[in-house]
Amino acid sequence: MPITKLVGQIAGWLEKEGPLSDIVVSSRVRLARNYDLIPFPHRANKEQLKEVISKTEKAIKNSKYLKNTLIIDMSDLTDIDIQFLVEKHLISQEFGKPKSEQILVVSDREIISIMVNEEDHLRLQCIQPGLQLLDSWRLINQATLELESQVEFAFSKTWGYLTSCPTNVGTGIRASVLIHLPALVITKQIGKVLQAVAKLGIAIRGLYGEGTEAYGNFFQISNQVTLGYSEEDIINNIESVVKQVVGYEENARTLMIKEDKKVIEDKIWRAYGVLSNVRIIDFQETLNLLSLLRLGIGLKMIGKIDRMLINRMFIITQPAYLQKLEGRKLEPYERDIARANLIRENLERRGK
Amino acid sequence: MLCQICNEQQATVHYTEIISNKAVELHLCEDCAKKKEIIDQSGNFSMADLVKGLAGFVETEDGEENLKCDNCGLLFSDFRKTGRFGCSRCYKAFQTELEPLIKRIHGSTKHVGSVVPLKHSKEVQTLSKIEKLKIEMEKAVQQEAFEMAAEIRDQIKKLEKGIKQ
Repeated sequence: MPITKLVGQIAGWLEKEGPLSDIVVSSRVRLARNYDLIPFPHRANKEQLKEVISKTEKAIKNSKYLKNTLIIDMSDLTDIDIQFLVEKHLISQEFGKPKSEQILVVSDREIISIMVNEEDHLRLQCIQPGLQLLDSWRLINQATLELESQVEFAFSKTWGYLTSCPTNVGTGIRASVLIHLPALVITKQIGKVLQAVAKLGIAIRGLYGEGTEAYGNFFQISNQVTLGYSEEDIINNIESVVKQVVGYEENARTLMIKEDKKVIEDKIWRAYGVLSNVRIIDFQETLNLLSLLRLGIGLKMIGKIDRMLINRMFIITQPAYLQKLEGRKLEPYERDIARANLIRENLERRGK
Repeated sequence: MLCQICNEQQATVHYTEIISNKAVELHLCEDCAKKKEIIDQSGNFSMADLVKGLAGFVETEDGEENLKCDNCGLLFSDFRKTGRFGCSRCYKAFQTELEPLIKRIHGSTKHVGSVVPLKHSKEVQTLSKIEKLKIEMEKAVQQEAFEMAAEIRDQIKKLEKGIKQ
């Protein structure tokens, strides 16, 4: 099964640091493309969906960028497998429901992936560590243009690339950044920041949980408008907002240290203490404690742990990922024990 | 903050609804938001519902409801119900009706992206240049730089001629 290969593999964006990695976890750019005339997936019949898959597979085989990709037939997967792919940031929550006539294409190191027959015929994405939206866009754009040299995508001179939902029409681009803002949450300034960003017509939301109640203090910032601006303008706009938010977070960190360094230091070391001794732990608590540890690394209070290890732990301690690592289905209670073991092992190995 | 509907759970979904030209802010818990169909079952704002809301606002004249896409058979009234198109040709079939909706979503009705299919690239580049010039021209008029505006207008005319040929 091709998915087995993905279990032991660390994604490229979790391997190395990128620009502003201290606060920005990853950058993702997604393009939506459709074939002309064939109905969009939600209105297409089996034959038409199959046609989309075979057209795409043929173009991929002739592509330089995507030649050595993994092709996963979604109908071969269990519910846990599908959730595992969501947790790996390779597919959306909606993909795999129903899973027939859907395929997922994953490149080497999981940098590029393509969902075939999601909301649009093709959803192509590129993820990189840190703030690298422009670079991610260049990569996914090259791969997409290469496919486009063999197939024709639906395009209108006035409205650009045509998509299933009018919110994606035009460039079909969604540029999003995953950002870690613990100090803004702790100093209770996050509400103001969320409001300010939303006023700019840019979407910001918690990665896990909604609004200011984002577990682990992770937020996602992305564009909403896809028409009337060039791809570069959309990306530059998001990048400049992200840089501004990074600045707010840095100020909040400085302020926090100035006001009560000992309290913060205590919180961070307590989190470290719990994580390195824990025996049973759920994912939500894991998120909150790892978040403090990640902050501790940023503040140089904890020096001996690598930030990338913490980033990977956020991913591998999720419910379905844990079950894939263990190689079997686990009940919630068993998962909490397996998660605790995994965290301790990882911290011990690096702590020495 | 507690949810405004059940008054029991923490409000985690914050949402503004426009009711007869007044913005009404709602603070709801996830369960009540799901019931109100503001967010979908996975807890995300359901974009389709938001678009559906907007599409419902599009004013239609008699007969427009029965507009049909020749390629996939989708009726304009189906689109208004779901907020989703049936195929790429629906855009052409409902072009006039869609313009106000797309303007509402994106604030624009013209693609000026730098990426276009090879066979369109020259023409689209010119069109996008014209759009940019039009904005410049308006600015010039506002600043009462009429000579400059006239120059830009001539440039636009030239470019438009080029496309027609």
